[in-house]
Amino acid sequence: MTYSARTLSWSAGLTALLVAVVVASAALGPVRVDPTTVALSILNAIVVPSSVTSGSATVPVFGVGVPTPSFQYTSIFAFDVPNTHQIIVADIRLPRIALAATVGFALAAAGTVMQGFFRNPLADPSIIGVSTGAAAGAVAAIAFPMLVPFGSLHLSAFAGALLTAFLVYSIATEGGRTPVATLLLAGVAMQALLGAVISYMLVHSGDSLRQAVVWMMGHLSNSTWGDVAFALPVTLVGVLVLGSYTRDLNVLLLGEEDAHHLGTEVERTKFLLLAVASIVTAAGVAVAGVIGFVGLVVPHIMRLIIGPDHRILLPTSALAGASFLVVTDTIARAGPAEVPVGIITAFVGAPFFLFLLVRREVNSV
Amino acid sequence: MNPFERDDGESDANGGDGVEPAAITVEDCSLSFGELSVLEDVSVRVEPGEFVGFVGPNGAGKTTLLRAISGALEPDSGTVSIDGVDIHDVSSKRSSQLVSVVPQDTTLSFSFPVRDVVEMGRHPHRSRFSSPTREDHEAVERALERTRTTDLAERPIDAVSGGQRQRVVLARAVAQETPAMLLDEPTASLDINHQLETLELVRELVDEGRTVVAAIHDLDLAARYCDRLVLLADGTVHESGPPSSVLTTETLGEAFDANAVVTPNPVTNSETVTTLPDDGVRRHSSSRTTASPTDRESGSLPLPDRVHVEGTGSAAAGAIARLEASEAAIDVTLGPVSSGDVAAETAQSIGIDAIEVEPFARLSAANRERAERRIHAADVTVLADFVVGAGNQTLLDALEDSALVVVETKPVAERNFAGTAARERYVACRERAVTSSVEGILEAVVEATADESRSRSPPIDSADD
Repeated sequence: MTYSARTLSWSAGLTALLVAVVVASAALGPVRVDPTTVALSILNAIVVPSSVTSGSATVPVFGVGVPTPSFQYTSIFAFDVPNTHQIIVADIRLPRIALAATVGFALAAAGTVMQGFFRNPLADPSIIGVSTGAAAGAVAAIAFPMLVPFGSLHLSAFAGALLTAFLVYSIATEGGRTPVATLLLAGVAMQALLGAVISYMLVHSGDSLRQAVVWMMGHLSNSTWGDVAFALPVTLVGVLVLGSYTRDLNVLLLGEEDAHHLGTEVERTKFLLLAVASIVTAAGVAVAGVIGFVGLVVPHIMRLIIGPDHRILLPTSALAGASFLVVTDTIARAGPAEVPVGIITAFVGAPFFLFLLVRREVNSV
Repeated sequence: MNPFERDDGESDANGGDGVEPAAITVEDCSLSFGELSVLEDVSVRVEPGEFVGFVGPNGAGKTTLLRAISGALEPDSGTVSIDGVDIHDVSSKRSSQLVSVVPQDTTLSFSFPVRDVVEMGRHPHRSRFSSPTREDHEAVERALERTRTTDLAERPIDAVSGGQRQRVVLARAVAQETPAMLLDEPTASLDINHQLETLELVRELVDEGRTVVAAIHDLDLAARYCDRLVLLADGTVHESGPPSSVLTTETLGEAFDANAVVTPNPVTNSETVTTLPDDGVRRHSSSRTTASPTDRESGSLPLPDRVHVEGTGSAAAGAIARLEASEAAIDVTLGPVSSGDVAAETAQSIGIDAIEVEPFARLSAANRERAERRIHAADVTVLADFVVGAGNQTLLDALEDSALVVVETKPVAERNFAGTAARERYVACRERAVTSSVEGILEAVVEATADESRSRSPPIDSADD
């Protein structure tokens, strides 16, 4: 079977799995809703913009007030569903599930790229300090809101993540070349440094300590459609860009010199992969905090199942990551007391990873 | 033709994969890693359709030069151009359409199917968003077929043997359809069977119309398959030309610091290099005229300046080869010897002055005189499986005053065609000679020289009867 047929069939299967997982997850919780109702509620929640009017709100552009377009949305479907159930599913559970799927998608895709890029089985999306940078930005915004110019937790975390990635890349680059080993070491050092900064801020965070710690553990509670609107577009565009570089990723597995001889512009490709993977990771981490193991374990499992070809591995890992995080977040919120999802992913992911290690299934990228 | 105007796959008229071989020009390339200078002003020109081998000792800069040609390393000064395109001046996409590389070690610990690995060779010909075209598929299948890896196409690359893997990497380079191809030690990790198979394939690719440069450490294989050799030593081109002119005792001695003899291989009809262990015998100064008495008095060995070898077959051939290859810088002469004898052939190929005579003919007076002159001019005469015949038994008389070494690998009876008297004459010679094996010839010659000088300086009665 050609790789494109394999990609299509695997992606279709994993998309179906994701849909099933989403429906199951939306059915679970303190109020049990039967899956049919869930499915109909979800369909009811699908809206399309029906008309655009020149809205009353204006934004200043070069000093001139320009009216923003305002969209009217219409539901496509109008199935008969009890109103309480419709609200529980579409307004309470669905945003959280959608965010879990988005963040899982982003982290698994970025993890796949980083592992291939670094040719290192220990690589995860945060290897060059993106998550630590996001945490530093977020903790700063939580503990010292007056010091952070954006005021927004998301933007502060996002900016911290990208700033860190950029710093690490700049430090590791010399004379137009960025050796992967230097990049790894610079990432480790930067994480240690930022770890100290975060600890310092936590010590002086006073009443906001709990909020900061929960953020850092990774959380999806109180998710809104606004969070999804922040993370989803960045993730989709980023993963699409990464998807166009999957052949280069394959060639890079042969080593940088071979990749050069096979026509890959090595340094430019490395920069682009690193930048886009970092942006995708940052988008996920900024809204959901530091959620570990998704970006490490999911690509490994998918690689075991379908092999090292990034043309198939990237889309399937991303889809599997989405399902994985939806499932773990369902466990996190469906228990008697809600726990941060990062705890669950580590609790599920780490033993499974150790099991694979013991079986010697995972020993290379 | 302007190389930038050439569209890939358009010159398909001449069959095959439509690749026209390109010239490779390296001009005054110097390259250093930090303080360490690896290449110094290297200039090499490879003509289109040539198979050139880079040979030389470890650390001579073979791999570095290949990497400079491929564009992987940018030289500090100088230029590399392939098909007139400065390889360091173009994108890697463009350069990888001009030159493909078969590296010494490819990291292939991933379970890609063989076909996918070969398909990676099409990477430079494809745009980012296109799916593979029919042309790509055909190139891949052709490359698989060409390298006899079609049967392996579905196997994971990490589940094939080393020899097969080498062919797969070669297939990848073939699928790349470049006018020039570089191979770094393509036979290094292969057994002899696969070494030949690989080089036969490379030779075929060259003959079909490709320019190939390979770093090859096996000199025999390099001589056998390459049109031309470039001998690198200490980062410079030491010698360059056809194998027979590059592989000589002198050049190998200088470049490899080794005692080597180059002889024609009767089977492959190419040069065979035989390396001999360092005999430790060395003149104190490089010129052979300065083996001065002071050297001898200071306790160093008295080395013979000239050695004449008489004899036949592999014993004589081995003796002259070893004496010539030694760093003792001895003038070696040979003869009379039948032309066509392996000793005569060896003498010819390593440039030893030999008196050749027609087989089975009587030794002419002129040739006998020439042989006698050489015996008298020599410090030591070596009889190596000397065949005593009616024609040459008189030569034994000329040996009376000479220091003698006898090498025997066959009993006298098998070599005597001149009756009992001649045999006794030979045995008498043998009794006063230093006997030796072929391997120990140098020591024996030195010993004979020493005996001779000892017996000459104090005028004592000769113990010889």
